[in-house]
Formats: sequence, C-alpha cells, structure tokens
Amino acid sequence: MSVVGKTAEGASSGAREYLTFRLDQEEYGIDILKVQEIRGYEAPTRIANAPEFIKGVVNLRGTIVPIVDMRLKFNCSHVEYNSFTVVIILNLRHRVVGIVVDSVSDVMELAPESIRAAPDIDSVIDNGCILGLGSVGERMLILLDIEKLMSSVDMGLVSVGG
Amino acid sequence: MGESYQEGTGSGADFDLTQFYQIFFEEAGENLDQMERILLALDLAAVSDEDLNGIFRCAHSIKGGAATFGFADVAELTHQMESLLDRLRRHELQLIPEMIDVLLESADASRSLLARHQAGGQGEALSTTDLVARIRQLVSGVAPAPVAAPAPAPAVVSAPPPAPASQPLAPGMRRLEIQIGPLAVVEQADAVKELFRDIPGLGTISDLPCEQANVRLFLVETSSTNDDLLDLFAFHVSKDQVQIQAVDPGFGNPAADNPFGLFGDAAASPAVAAPPAPVPAPAAPVPAPAPVKAASGSVVPKVASQAQMESTTIRVAVNKVDQLINLVGELVITQAMLAQNSRGLDAALYQQLLAGLADLDRNTRDLQESVMSIRMIPMSVVFSRFPRMLRDLANKLGKKVEFVTHGEATELDKGLVEKITDPLTHLVRNSCDHGIEMPAERLAKGKPETGTIVLSASHQGGSIVIEVRDDGKGLSREKILSKARERGMDVSDQMPDAEVWMLIFAPGFSTADVITDISGRGVGLDVVKRNIAELNGTVEIESFDGQGMKVAVRLPLTLAIMDGMSVGVGDEVYILPLSSVVESFQVNSDDVSTVAQGAQLVKVRDEYMPVLALERLFQVPRVNQEKSSTIMVVVEADGSRVALLVDELLGQHQVVVKNLESNYRKVPNVSGATILGDGKVALILDISGLVRRARY
Repeated sequence: MSVVGKTAEGASSGAREYLTFRLDQEEYGIDILKVQEIRGYEAPTRIANAPEFIKGVVNLRGTIVPIVDMRLKFNCSHVEYNSFTVVIILNLRHRVVGIVVDSVSDVMELAPESIRAAPDIDSVIDNGCILGLGSVGERMLILLDIEKLMSSVDMGLVSVGG
Repeated sequence: MGESYQEGTGSGADFDLTQFYQIFFEEAGENLDQMERILLALDLAAVSDEDLNGIFRCAHSIKGGAATFGFADVAELTHQMESLLDRLRRHELQLIPEMIDVLLESADASRSLLARHQAGGQGEALSTTDLVARIRQLVSGVAPAPVAAPAPAPAVVSAPPPAPASQPLAPGMRRLEIQIGPLAVVEQADAVKELFRDIPGLGTISDLPCEQANVRLFLVETSSTNDDLLDLFAFHVSKDQVQIQAVDPGFGNPAADNPFGLFGDAAASPAVAAPPAPVPAPAAPVPAPAPVKAASGSVVPKVASQAQMESTTIRVAVNKVDQLINLVGELVITQAMLAQNSRGLDAALYQQLLAGLADLDRNTRDLQESVMSIRMIPMSVVFSRFPRMLRDLANKLGKKVEFVTHGEATELDKGLVEKITDPLTHLVRNSCDHGIEMPAERLAKGKPETGTIVLSASHQGGSIVIEVRDDGKGLSREKILSKARERGMDVSDQMPDAEVWMLIFAPGFSTADVITDISGRGVGLDVVKRNIAELNGTVEIESFDGQGMKVAVRLPLTLAIMDGMSVGVGDEVYILPLSSVVESFQVNSDDVSTVAQGAQLVKVRDEYMPVLALERLFQVPRVNQEKSSTIMVVVEADGSRVALLVDELLGQHQVVVKNLESNYRKVPNVSGATILGDGKVALILDISGLVRRARY
C-alpha cells in the first residue's frame, strides 16, 4: 500500500503541504492530509503496562483515541505539559491516533526540489520513516512519513500479527 | 415471457447490474423467509386469500429480480411456483399438503441457487428439473408422483386426469396425448419436457400417470403439427418410440368429473369444481393450465399487489445507524457537562438559559431513546426460523411436536439477535431431540401424544428473557450427579437442584457415552453457555422430572450498553461488568493469607479465593498515601471466582461499551472502554481474563 502511495506522490510533481511542529529544538513536518485536527492536551486515561511514550487514551467525541507523546518517543530531554502543549489528531488508514508535540508552527508548501534526501545518520527514528529534509530559508524541516512511523511495530499501537 | 435469461452476468452490456446484486440477495432472502413463514402457518381447512396473495407476492418479487439479474435457474423455478400459487389464489386449485411440501422444497432450492450465485456462481448448480416437473404436475391438477418413483400409484389413477372438458383451448391449439417408450432409460423422455420449456411458443407439456415403468405419458397443448413435434423429439428419443394421439375434448374421459384422481374427496368440493364458471377477470381469457398463458391473465392482480408492496421501511447500512448512535452518545455527554457546569448559576439571573438547558435535557433523552430503538429488531426474526427446523427435525425423529411462540414483538439489539440465534437453535433442538418423548412413550405416561415446545421472549427490567420450555421428560437429578462423579467433578447429594442442572453446561459434560436418558442434553451446551456469557447474559434451568424443563436465557437489551459497577483505585476509575459481580465487602487483614509464591488468598465463607490487587495489576501510581485498598469485590466468570482488591466503590451505572482495538490494540485484562459522565475514558475489566490469570 505504501508503494502505491509513493508512486502517487511521485506522479503529482506539484508542491505538497506540510504541517510543521516542534519537538524540543527540532522542527518536523508531516503531510497535512493525514491531519484530522489539532487539540489542546488533556490528561489521558493511563493504560497499564503500555510503553512510556503511550500516554493513554482519550475520548474524542465518542471515539477512543490513543495518545503518543512524540517527545518521549524521540527521547527529547525536556518534556513538560503546559497550555502550549498540543495534540495532533492523525487519521491513518482508518485509525485515529493523537500525537503530543511541543507546539504547532504552521502549514508550509514545499516543492519537491526543496526536499533533500536524509543523510544516513544514526537516530532514534528509523531512517525509512524520514521522507527527507526540507529547507525553508534558514529553517530545516525533518519530514516524517508519519503513517509508516505510527504503524511500525515498536510503536506498539497495533497488535503484533493483527 | 419471451425474455431470454442469461446466466450469471448482468444482461445489460452498458449498465453494470452487479452493484445491485447484494440488495437483490437480501430481498430475496427476506422474501423466502416470509414465504416459508406463511406456508408453515397455513391452515389447510381455511386458507385465507391474504396468505395466498402474500406467498404469491414473495415468489413474484424473487422471480422479477432473478430475471432482471440474469439468474435463469431461480427465475424459472420461482416462475413455476408463481404459476401454481396464481392458480391457488384464483381458487382454481385446492391447496393440498403436497403443494406445501413442494413449495417449501422449492424455497430451499431457490435459497441454495441464490447462495451459489452470491458466491459468484461457483460450485455445482442444484438441479431443479424434478421440482419444476412436480410443480407443473400440480399446476395441471395432477397429483404429484412420489419423488423417487416415476410410476405413480397404479389402479387408483388409470385415466388421463386433467379435466380437458373444463379447460377451453386457445384458438389454434391442439391437445395431444404423447406416449414415449418403452425406453431402456426412461429419464430420456423427460428431456422432451425441457424442449417445451426452452422453446418459446411451442406449447405446454405436463406429465400423465402411466402404469408402465419404462413408458412416459405426457399431455401436450401445442399449435405445432405432429411431424414438427416428432422432428423436435428426435433429438432425444427415436421417432418410432413416440406415439401421438389427439385428445377428444370432453368425450370418453372417465375421469372428467374427477380431475384430481388421487384425491377423490377433495375434488368433490365446490372450490375445485369452479373453473368452468368464468373467473372474475373479464378482460383476459380464462387462464389455461399452462403458466405461459396464465401470465396474461394475472397482469391485473400483479399490478395491484405491487402497489400493496410499497413498503413503509427503508434499508439503511448498519454503520450509518451506529454513527448516529455515537453522535447522540456524544450529545448526551455534552449535555451532561452543560448541566453540571450550569448548576452553580443563579436561577434568577439565568432563568432563560436554565430553561433552555432543561429543554435540552429532555430532548436529548428522547432523541437517545429513539435512536437506540433503530437498532432494535423484533424477536420474530429469530423465532421465525424455528417452525421449519422443528418440523423437519420432528419428522426425522418420528416425534409429534407443536411449536408455540410468545412475545415475538419483543425487541432486541440487532447485534444481539445475530449472536443469540445459534445458542437458541441449539436449545430448541435439544428440547425436541432429547426432551420430547416418542408419541407412544408420551401416551404411556398419560401425556398428550403431541409434545409442546414453547419459545417466549419478554422484557424484565433492563434485560430480555428468552425461555425455551418443553413438556418432555425433564432432567434426571440422579443421572446427572452420577455422571458428574464419574467425571471426577466436585458434587454432593446435598446440592440444590439449580446447581445440579447447571452441571450440564460443564464443558464436555455430556458425550455419546452418557446414559441414554440425558445423552445429548449436554452436547455443546457448554458452547451455548459460553456464547451467552459473551453477550453478558446468563442461563438458568428449571426442570421437573417427567414434566419437562425450562431454560431461561437472560440478556442485556443491547450489546452497546452494559450495566457496570465503577470502582476507584488511586485516582483511577475502572468498570466491572455488573453481571459478573457477586458481592463486595470490607476486608480484614487477618482474612487474607499469603501462600508460597506471594499469591494471596482470601477466605469468604469457607471458600478460599485468589486475591488480585488492581493497584498492583494496573501499576496504579499512588499520589495520596492515605488511601489504600480495603474493599474486596468478588467477581465470577466461567464458574470460578476471584476477589479484586480496590479502594472504593463509586457506583453503578449503564455504560456505553467502546472498542479499544479500533484505534489501539488489545490490552491485557481489559475488554473495552467507556466514557464517563465527565467525558473521561474508563477501562472495562475483562473478568474472565482476570479469573484465568488468577487461577492458572
């Protein structure tokens, strides 16, 4: 399925829009079409024995939605929950997942030529989940394949084998 | 009737009909169910026109759909059924039991043909030739030949029966008697009948009884010449084996005044003798026995019946309804929050706002009720499948069983209805198979020969109770107890009856080697119990030796809503299904003893049960050190009990069950989640999972 997605992306040579958000000092971008909505952070219901970065589940208008703290997932040194902390609700392949980020910056249009391939670096993020590095003026955006990232096994969001 | 049917594919090349297949299959299924229901309820002595019209309409709808979608075999079969029914509802034929049998069998055949088409036309198609022939015989007024034996009962019928004198022939038509044979393989002759079906305008053919087993006799109405017919027949049988003889109308026919040969008495009744009188359809000629001819005469009634079929229901996808229910659930929660937040407002200052909120409260409640009722469907949907099943089963077993249902209108959530059907079928089968005695045995016991099985449904409080009751032999306490001992189960003679009866639900309790009296009573009953438990339901048995037994199944009204008990641990709230809660009590530290591996046991009235501390199980963080878990809640699942250690009992309420797995994954010891009044999510504990964890 992701192969099909890639070809479709390649075919539409036009610029794509990315929602950018901050995790600590870093700025990330994700495909805006995967974003359902943005909400303030409210304490979720904890789930016992879940990985630390899964904060729990919240009620989103009747739907039970798991909340992943990206800062914990990406080993950010500084994690706090305040009035600026936001949750991006993602709609990925019929699943709804919320991710906690420090703040949402804006929506940016990036042409394919302004996206560079990500260098092979050792990081907590699986390289396959980074689409590339986008440069906007002085800023550098880490563009994530959020769908791939969220469905990877070590996110623990899906039952193994199911 | 000139349209040619194409197998399988939609006939319109530029218009894809396949998108409508599903709707057709659903409708056809419903129509077949309806037809079966009416057929079974028919009283042969007093057949109402309404019923006959009802069955006709069902057959007609299926035929129409099948022809449109190109399912020729179904269309053909239902067309024949329709012809028979059309004559019945015009009182040109008297309804006889054979007709009901053949119609029921045809309904079954149609169902399996449809199922084959639904599966994409794979597998062997069921042959309907025999059924079609039998229906045609009935249509032409001849008693059907027994299914397997082509030669009908001799002696009684010796003359060509179908009252030629009373049926005027269409102009240009000739009525012929055609004898084919003697043949080595007499079935070859049946192929001739196919010719008449396959070639439009050739005419009609029907079987006549014949005394010789290797000879077939047919009554044919056709405009073709003898030579033409012989040429056609030559495809299947050689010309010198065919004898064609014209039938002289109304002359030399000893059976003319008894057109129904086998059924002398029935034939004498006025309804059958009626055909010579003009049928009240002035525009059309009196329908000839042939289905093709009947079609023109039945146009008027068909239009009328279609108008009646304008339904008052609409078909909506279940997920749309579920979405609606979810939205209303949201609305209820929002409304509850508004109500809570407005409580502190000064009633004098905010009079209008508060009045508006009160209205909102009432409207939301009404809205919730109406929306929930959409998913509710009457129990008759389930009950309707049993008469047929019991009829077949009783016939097979040689038992006489009367089936009575009460409370068909009782409504139940659609999801539940689908899941309760199998367990109920099992219980009803058991009652018929093992409860009801053979007729002779019943008479010997001084009971009426015919056994009765009663299926009833009713609302009791927040749940629905479905009872299966029979007046058969009941359960034998001694035999169950001895069987249980044999299996090494922990039983005593002092056990109350209710507990003894529950033993039959133990897994594998009854196998083929059980004492004959209760054999089978337990086959798969553990599955029944488990299925019902999965629906948060319970089963109770009452039994009186020799008088019969009653199994009562109690279910919540809907799967989506459950009675829950909320318990607090630390700052967290968990929900226990109320149906699994046995009792709760304040625990004293000396009641709890620790065994080897640190596992804790608590003694409750001479029974030791494992203790599960929710705090440890769910790693609940302790912020407030003053609180501690001092309350035990005893829960039961699969017959075992454990005590859950919690901080406090918060209350009982109905909770809307939500699936955790739709966006997340299965969580150990948790069966689902719900949304509390304040909008927070609370997890619902999986009691049987907890019990398994504690016990093994």
